[in-house]
Formats: sequence, structure tokens, C-alpha cells
Amino acid sequence: MCEANQKDLTIICRCEDITVDEVRAYIEQGVTDLEQLKRLLRVGMGPCQGRTCTPLIVNELARATGRPVREIPLTVFRQPTTPVKLGVLAGGTDHE
Amino acid sequence: MKHTEIAIVGGGPAGLAAALNAAKLGARVHLIDRNDYLGGQLIKQTHRFFGSKEQRASERGIDIARELANQVTASKNIQVMTEATALGYYEDGVLLVEQHKKIFAIKPERLIIATGGAEKTLLFPNNDLPGVYGAGAVQTLVNVFGVKPGKRVLMVGAGNIGVIVSYQLLQAGVEVAAIIEAAPRIGAYWVHASKVVRAGVPIYTRHTIQRAHGHREVTGATVVQLDENWQPVPGTEKEFDVDVICLSVGLTPLTELLWQAGCRMVFVPELGGNVPLRNEHLETSVPGIYVAGDVAGIEEASAAMMEGALAGLNAAASLGYTTESLGLDRRNILAQLEGLRSGPVGEKIRKGLAQALL
Repeated sequence: MCEANQKDLTIICRCEDITVDEVRAYIEQGVTDLEQLKRLLRVGMGPCQGRTCTPLIVNELARATGRPVREIPLTVFRQPTTPVKLGVLAGGTDHE
Repeated sequence: MKHTEIAIVGGGPAGLAAALNAAKLGARVHLIDRNDYLGGQLIKQTHRFFGSKEQRASERGIDIARELANQVTASKNIQVMTEATALGYYEDGVLLVEQHKKIFAIKPERLIIATGGAEKTLLFPNNDLPGVYGAGAVQTLVNVFGVKPGKRVLMVGAGNIGVIVSYQLLQAGVEVAAIIEAAPRIGAYWVHASKVVRAGVPIYTRHTIQRAHGHREVTGATVVQLDENWQPVPGTEKEFDVDVICLSVGLTPLTELLWQAGCRMVFVPELGGNVPLRNEHLETSVPGIYVAGDVAGIEEASAAMMEGALAGLNAAASLGYTTESLGLDRRNILAQLEGLRSGPVGEKIRKGLAQALL
């Protein structure tokens, strides 16, 4: 999480407030896998589920590793695609 | 569990056309959209389309949306579910949908995914300041709600959306300081670009945004020229006093449901990102799952409507529905699509589609 008083931040994941510098620091340490970055930083785990940050992070990974974008593995697209309230889930599925 | 012949996810131009064409052949359709209205991005399109008459030239998107939505609501074969979000697709062929705080399981015989695209964004310092908008948000504010996003705008991206939204901002009485474009050429159709240039808005190609300024909100932006290798040229910085930075840097397909369904995907930059492989019937690698519109590759509303019509006809035909004119109708739409994608303007999309065929 970025410091509130820091200035001129470049945000890569808006939902989780992660900066591009934080992502690059991990990549420099050898974390060149989107799945690992997600677990370490929570990038892509907010309300938008990576719709904004995933393409940006994939570009960072491609640039850092010299691999083409198409060869960077993505994370799993699990259900649900958008946040659902627990109360809605607890209401059960309509099986009429 | 609801059973239906064809479920369509997305009620934008592609989904509406798919629903109407499938229903026309006699298929029973569920049309699912997360908004409380039908039409998708069409409802923000207050400008006239152009092209040929079949492609609804000189009509406005907002009117097309209304007309198609009326036809859809009037069709007894189409059940419309608005404010309904597709939450997931499961290996047993079940689509989970949330509507009005309830969850429905829908098992369709055919599925047409027409979920559209999402806006891309850019990395630059202070890109989280209030006043940094996506072009879609600006279009919603101005054209749907009648709210000005600010007083003076820097538009980033000179594709069709960037240039059209700039013009619509001018119409709304908002100043557009400049349009910048990282590519060496303007991506928009000349008819749109020359309109904003005539109105006095400069377009800087080979320029990008270096940073936004401001403490609590945007108060300005620094723009810099790019060299042939897309690197900033020191000393070419320009300062703009703006309170809005509008990002119009392209869209990417919204493909979650396709990944969940196990459709084979391929990364095609010309189509905006990862897209499903599909055959000439717009059927993906998973039999019975069709795609249409921006989710199959970022294009425009006219193409989305034609793809939707094709997917709708093909999905219904695969269930055994037919009419005497089916073959002719399909060939007609294909010819129109080909026309739309012909010439230099369609070069990128043709190159992209060639990589996405099954």
C-alpha cells in the first residue's frame, strides 16, 4: 500500500492502490510471474478484478523479461466475475 | 434452473442484433445486460454514423439503440433481463446471473457472448488524481447525464473515440486544449479529425503525456514529443493548464466468460488484446458458444451489429431454425462486413482477424 503523503505516484492498480514502482521492485527481485505478483501485492484482486491493471502489468513483465506479451501467462479468471454481496450468495440459487 | 435456447450476454449493439436475428428465425432467447437499459455504448453516441445506408449512415447511435431496444422488447421470443450481471460460466454449461439481489442459474443450448470491451489506461505520475478520466466516462457524463467534466481538457489519443469525444466536449461548451497521439498518425477518420481541427483544436502526433500536475485534483499536464523509438525527446516538453485529462487510448475485449468456458484464446494486438479464436460462423473453439462485437476484437458499433446479426442467425440455425432467405441473409451481412473492413481504414482489423480464425 502506498504512503498517503508520497507525491507524484504512478498507480498501476487503482483498486488496490499499488504503484508501478512497487511492481517493478518485485520484478527486479526476480518475481516475473503475474500469479506471484498478485499474491504478493494484491494487484488485480480488487473490485475490477484486474480489468485495468492486468494489461499494464503484463507489459511491464514483457519489457523486463524480454518475452513477447503473448507469452506472458495470465492468472485464472475465476467466478464470480464481479463482486457479489454475501447476502445474495447466501440467498441461494434460484432453481425453480 | 432456467432453460433457454439461446442466452446472450450483453445488450449492446452486438447483443441486440443477435437477439433480434435469432428471434426472427424462431429461437427463444434470453438477453442479459447488467445495466438498467439496453443499447450499451450506443446510448452515448450522439453523433451521426456514416458509411452506407445498410450500415445506418447518418443515424445517431442513441436513436439506433432506442429502435433496436424497442424491437427487442416487442419480440415475444426474447426475454430481456436488465440489471442482470453474468457472474460466471461453469463446466456443466450453466451461466450464473445475479439480478435484483437474486442469483439465477441459466442453462442455454447456445450462448452468445457480446460483453464488449473495457477501456485501457496509461501509466504516468499522478494518474490517480481526480480529473483523470477515461473517454467512456467523459462521454457518459456529457452525453448521458449532461454534466461537464471540467473546464479545459487535454485529450490523450487521436483515434475515433478521442476525436469524437473532443468534438462532443466542444459542443457542450468545454474547451479542448489539445489532442495528443503517441503514434505518428491520427487514427480517427479524417471527417472527424478535420472537424475538431477546424474548430481550432491542435492535434499533436508523436506526443505523449509525461505527468499530471496537481495536489488534490488535476491542474495541468506535461506533454512530451516521442522519437522514432517511442522515447521522450528531452527539451520538447509542453505545459497545458487543464483540469481534465481524458484518456482515449483504446479498448480491450472483456473476455472473462470465454476463459471460464475454456475457449481457445489468442493475443492479437490489432484486436485490442486477448480474443477468442472463432470460425466463419463466429463460433468459438467450444461448440455452441458464439461471439460478436468488441469481445471478439475491438472494432466499432456498425461491425458489432453485423457480427451480432450473424451470430444470432448462426446460433438459431444450429438449433434447426431456418427460413428461405437464411443463406441470402447471411451472405448479405458477410458482404457488408467485408465492405466495412475494406480499404486502408480496415487494414488493421483485417490483419487482426486473420490471426484469430479457427
